[in-house]
Amino acid sequence: MMYTEKVIEHFRNPRNMGKLEGYSAVGKVGNIVCGDVMWLYIKVEEDAEGREVISDISWETFGCTAAIATSSMVSELAKGKTLPEAIAITNQDVASELGGLPPVKMHCSALAADALNEAIYEYLKGHGREIPPVLKRRHERLEAEMKKLEERYRAFLEEAGS
Amino acid sequence: MDPDPIYLDNSATTPLAGEVIASMEPYFSDEYGNASSLHRFGRRAHAAIEEARASLAETIGVEPSEIVFTSGATEADNLAIKGLAFAHPEKRHIVTSRIEHHAVLHACRWLEERGYEVTYLDVDRAGRVEPEAVKEAIRDDTLLVSIMAGNNEIGTIEPIGEIGEICKERGVPFHTDAGQAYGKVDIPAGSVDLLSVSAHKLNGPKGVGFLYVRKGIRLSPLLSGGGHERGLRSGTENVPGIVGLAAAARLAFSERETVVPRLRGFRERLIEGVMRIPGVRLNGDRKESLPHIVNFSFAGIEGESLVMRLDERGIAASTGSACSSPNLEPSHVLVAIRVPLSMAHGSLRISTGRQTTEEEVDRFLEVIPSVVEELRAISPFKVEG
Repeated sequence: MMYTEKVIEHFRNPRNMGKLEGYSAVGKVGNIVCGDVMWLYIKVEEDAEGREVISDISWETFGCTAAIATSSMVSELAKGKTLPEAIAITNQDVASELGGLPPVKMHCSALAADALNEAIYEYLKGHGREIPPVLKRRHERLEAEMKKLEERYRAFLEEAGS
Repeated sequence: MDPDPIYLDNSATTPLAGEVIASMEPYFSDEYGNASSLHRFGRRAHAAIEEARASLAETIGVEPSEIVFTSGATEADNLAIKGLAFAHPEKRHIVTSRIEHHAVLHACRWLEERGYEVTYLDVDRAGRVEPEAVKEAIRDDTLLVSIMAGNNEIGTIEPIGEIGEICKERGVPFHTDAGQAYGKVDIPAGSVDLLSVSAHKLNGPKGVGFLYVRKGIRLSPLLSGGGHERGLRSGTENVPGIVGLAAAARLAFSERETVVPRLRGFRERLIEGVMRIPGVRLNGDRKESLPHIVNFSFAGIEGESLVMRLDERGIAASTGSACSSPNLEPSHVLVAIRVPLSMAHGSLRISTGRQTTEEEVDRFLEVIPSVVEELRAISPFKVEG
C-alpha cells in the first residue's frame, strides 16, 4: 500500500491537532472497535460582514496514517470557511487535496468529512437553528451506520470485556 | 530517515546471511545444470540438492528421503493439508486452531467450502492450544490435526510434543507449521508426521522451503509434471534456493546456542522497557515463547500509525492492526486470545534476528515512549500516566 507524499507530509506534521479551547461544537465520528475515531472541534464566529465562519478548528484522532492525514487536511480546508462553504466540503475534496488515497483507505476521508459535518450539525442544533436537509440526511445516515456497527461488534465487545 | 535503519521485523522476513549468499553464488553462475540431466552439469546439481536434503534431514533427525522441497512454507502447508485430503478422500474432518498462519487456515477453509468439516480450536489467553481439546476434537473420520509450532504474531509456543502423542495414539496424522520455530526452539520431529519450513525466516532466500513427510504418510501432489521430489512436487528444482536453505539451516543450528539466549535476553529487555510505558499490554506468553517475537498493545493509539512513526525514526516493525490489513479486520490471532478490539488495533510486533544488536534494542526503547506519547497526544483517548 502506497501513500502519497502529501499524505505522509500531513501525517508527519499534522495541522491543527489537539483539543480546541473554547470551542463552539464538536463532531464525534467513528468507533474504536473498527479502528478509527475522529473528534473535530470548531469555533464559529461572525466575520466583519456578519457571516458565520469557522474561525478556528482542531481535532483528535485515533487511527491510521490516512485517518491522521485526512483529519489534518479537513481542518485546513474548513478553517476560515463560512458554514455553507464548510458543509459543501466532501470526502472527495479531502482525498484529492491529499493527492489521492489507497482505495482501502477512502473511508478515512469519509470519516473526516463526516466529522466536519457532525460538528456543524451539533453547532446548529445547540443554537436551536434550522438544519439544512443535506446536513440532516448525513447525520441520520451516520447514526444508522453507527447502530449497525454496534450490532455487528456486540458479540466481540462482550467477549472482549475484560 | 535516520542513517542506520533498525530492522525489527524478522518474523516478516530476514536478511540473507553472508555465508548463505556465498553458498548460493556458484549455482547462479557456473553450476547451472538441471538436476534431472544425465550429464555432469546435471549430476553436480543433483549432488548439491541431495547434500542439502541430507543436512536438512539431520537438523530434525529424520531420513533425507522424508524431505520434500517446496517454494516455501505456504506451499508446504498446502501440500500437507490438501495433499493428504486428496489421498484420503474418505476422511472428511480436520482439526486446527484459530491462531494458525493463513496458509493453514485458508487451506482448511478451501476444503471446508468443498464439504469438509473443520474444527477450529480455541486457545487460552496466552495463545496456547490445550492438548486435551485436540483429543476431544478427534473423530473417526479425522484426516489431520494441524497445529503450528510457534505463533508468528505473538510468539507463543504450542505443546507440539503432547499433541503429537495424542495424534499418534489415535492414528491421526499430525502436521505442524514450523516456519517461525525451526532453528529457534527444539521441535520433537518424532511426534510429528508433517512439518513445514521456510528458508527466508531463517536468513535464507525467499521462494524455497521444505515439507517433512514421515515415511508411510501418503500425499497426492498438488502439481502435475515431471515427477520431481518423488512425484510429490513436480518442477525443476530451485537449486540455488535449496542450497541456500540448507546453508541457512546449518548456520542457524550451529549458532543456536549463542543466538537464542541472546534473542531471549533482548525479548526480556524489550518487555521490561516497554511495559514501563502506561497503558501497555503484552500479547502472548512471557515465558513459553519463541525467543525472537514479542507483541504489545498500546491503549489509545492505532498500530499502523505507530509503525509509520517508527519507520520515520528508522525503525522497522509491524502491527496486527485492522488498518494495516487488506480486509480491515484486526489480526485473527489477537482476536482469538481475546485482546479487546480497541487494544488489538494498537498492536506492535517486534521481532529480532541474529543480526540484531543490543544497541538497536536500546535505540528502540529510547524512541518508543516519545512515539507513543506523540500519537496519544493527538488521540481522543487519553491514557493516565
